Amino acid sequence: MTRRSPISAPAAAGDAAALTPEQARVLARSPAQCLRHGVVQALPFVLVLVPFGMLFGVLANEAGLDLAQVLGFSVLVLAGASQFTALQLISDHAPLVIVILSALVVNLRMAMYSAALVPWLGGAAPRQKALLAYTLIDQTYALSVQHYEANPRLRLDQRLAYFFGTSISCCIPWFLASAVGFTLGRAIPESWALDFALPITFLAMIAPMLRSFAHVAAATVAVLASLAFSGLPSGLGVLLAAPLAMATGVAVEMLVEARKARRGAGA
Amino acid sequence: MSFDARIWVVILTVGLGTYLIRWSFLGALGRRAIPAWATRALRYTAVGVLPAILAPLTLWPAATGGQPDPARLVAAAVTVLVGLVTRNVLSAILSGMASLFAMLWLLG
Repeated sequence: MTRRSPISAPAAAGDAAALTPEQARVLARSPAQCLRHGVVQALPFVLVLVPFGMLFGVLANEAGLDLAQVLGFSVLVLAGASQFTALQLISDHAPLVIVILSALVVNLRMAMYSAALVPWLGGAAPRQKALLAYTLIDQTYALSVQHYEANPRLRLDQRLAYFFGTSISCCIPWFLASAVGFTLGRAIPESWALDFALPITFLAMIAPMLRSFAHVAAATVAVLASLAFSGLPSGLGVLLAAPLAMATGVAVEMLVEARKARRGAGA
Repeated sequence: MSFDARIWVVILTVGLGTYLIRWSFLGALGRRAIPAWATRALRYTAVGVLPAILAPLTLWPAATGGQPDPARLVAAAVTVLVGLVTRNVLSAILSGMASLFAMLWLLG
């Protein structure tokens, strides 16, 4: 959204002339070419998804899951952070309700993705929307919205084809990697301190999320509250700490915005 | 309930719930706008849940009987630093695990 240059706004009225050669090339693609384009543009994510999926397989093996359950998670849930969350809470013997709620809260952000795609893909047939909802993950969402915003005149069939292209590159390696990780997991010796691989994975996932002061404040409250609640039955502390942290994030964001608005009005 | 049955209950309910979250606006709610407060709150779900899960695990690891462990604390710090600097999840994981093994070997 922010990348559009200010110069392009007045040009949008007569936009046939304003197309860059790159945009014109994108618009001329057939749906099959759009699909291939999506597949190729999502390939860099495979480098991240494969080791990450393998780690899930290894840790699930460690936690006592069988291959069908590992694939069950990767195929039916298809969401890294919530899969790791569920796995950790299962290993902690947390009550089922808490495991399920925590894993779902992690995925609530996807409602935002779903809403953000409506202007671009809302016109698709119900069956197509049912399928694209299944593969709506961080990576397919981010790539597609970026592509649609850069090429606003794409037809619906081209947009859908591009989305499904990114889905193929992101989802299939995820399934395979978790199965491979599960198989390799059996060969990893006990002495490897894998107990700590999961906390490290979570830490690594969080660090890039700390984009603003509000995010840092939310994460800090999450840490402090979960430590304060650690005497509670396992998993319950998370469910109490998370809403506190989210409220903190919202409050800080609104404070920062209010301050900015005041400064803007004063100038 | 057996361990296996519990796992499958988690997989099926989280799978169905996650699917419905993804399908929500595309499939059912259409162009209805998310209220502003909800958009704000949704932005902080991941930073609200993940740190809350990992903080006790990091400070009081099960492997050391719940005692804070220097090797694991150093590994945690390295992971966060590399993650913040590179913004790359994978290099943060790899440097975290490498520093954990190095520390365990040094202190072992």
